[in-house]
Amino acid sequence: MCPPTKPQTEQEIYGRRGRTITDRDAHDISRVEELSYDLKVHEVMSTELRTASPDMPLSEVLEIMRIHRISGVPVVENDEMVGIVSLEDVVHALYKGNLDVPVSACMTREVVTIANYESVVKAIETFSLTRLGRLPVVDENNKLVGMITKGDITRGILIALQKDYQDEEVRRYRASHLFEDIISDRTTLVLRYNIKARDFNHGGNASSNIKRALMRLGADPQITRRCGIAVYEAEMNLIIHTNNGGILKLEVEPHRITMSTVDDGPGIPDITQALQPGYSTATEQVREMGFGAGMGLVNMKRCVDTMELESTVGKGTKLVMRILVPNETLTGHSHG
Amino acid sequence: MDKPMNLQQIIEQLDLTVLTEPRDFSAIEATGGYTSDLLSCVMAGAKSGYLWMTLQAHMNIVAVAALLEVAAVVITENAQPDQATIDKANQQGVILLSTPCPNFEIDGRLWEMGVKKA
Repeated sequence: MCPPTKPQTEQEIYGRRGRTITDRDAHDISRVEELSYDLKVHEVMSTELRTASPDMPLSEVLEIMRIHRISGVPVVENDEMVGIVSLEDVVHALYKGNLDVPVSACMTREVVTIANYESVVKAIETFSLTRLGRLPVVDENNKLVGMITKGDITRGILIALQKDYQDEEVRRYRASHLFEDIISDRTTLVLRYNIKARDFNHGGNASSNIKRALMRLGADPQITRRCGIAVYEAEMNLIIHTNNGGILKLEVEPHRITMSTVDDGPGIPDITQALQPGYSTATEQVREMGFGAGMGLVNMKRCVDTMELESTVGKGTKLVMRILVPNETLTGHSHG
Repeated sequence: MDKPMNLQQIIEQLDLTVLTEPRDFSAIEATGGYTSDLLSCVMAGAKSGYLWMTLQAHMNIVAVAALLEVAAVVITENAQPDQATIDKANQQGVILLSTPCPNFEIDGRLWEMGVKKA
């Protein structure tokens, strides 16, 4: 069935139940909750309609319920819904000992319905408010188009969650096969980050993005960790020591990972001294935050296979670190 | 060798305050510990699954903790991280715990409880 044009609901205009969503709310919303807003009633409802006519004897409706294992049947006359008859109504009639009466004699005429363009959360709310087990679904012309139960909602959400999961699997699979799927003489993935001087609040963000990227690419956890540490120290050096920040670059190739930074000053006067464990030029302020242990360059060197540091005072510093990747750990699955 | 202590036991026995969102702490094991306020030393010394004791409480501990995947950060001597730091920790899945005790005392008590260097 073709979904009808949907008017914008209040939730879509005003956010959750009419109030603005804060960042905090957004963080707290679970995927299931999110889905119950995203999914629309017409996406989860059942469209195989079993209806009754008002003059049908109740015994016949009971047969419909029994055969199709349903507990409520909408009553339709001339294409218009005039009521609903539930198992409870049938039990009532049975209690009075008469199943030969027409449906119209015992159906509920005031039918609670839900529009097909509403989000599933509206249906959940209606279920809990009315304590009903099923709702007829109508379109914008109030024409009956389906039925929805709590079971339909659960099924709909589970299917959507499964799709989410498969999408992530596909994304991961694609990323981890990047180097197999793209054929060239030399494939390099380059990630570039602009690091601002003294931006301590974002310190480590580039490193954590790099770590995530490497994990998606299927890099070995040990290599990912070494890259993470080396790149964090390099990132913090740009934040702590440079005049104007610098550029942090990661180049991923199947056989090696290259991490580099460039900045335009102030430059390192004595590289040998800078490489001494414990030597630091960090200010008192920065030391108070726990930086300036004089271990940054030492840590980097320890984590990588090669490190080159070039610097000219007044011009700037260039740092290149490389980690060699043992056979094919970056191409998804090794063939061994 | 004894089974590693889980975070739930450690939080209860040391009466630590949980600053970040509640989680199933009993499912998280502390395989060892490392104490330092110098971030580069932590980078070199702390392993994933360790507890990290520090009296640093600013934003940058979150990045370090997340990169190293430590079990939790124990912020000592009642140092108080600001809300932005706590928010970032929640976002990155880093657990922040707090105690009035100094590093030395927390280390000693953890060692007695059997949390030693893995």
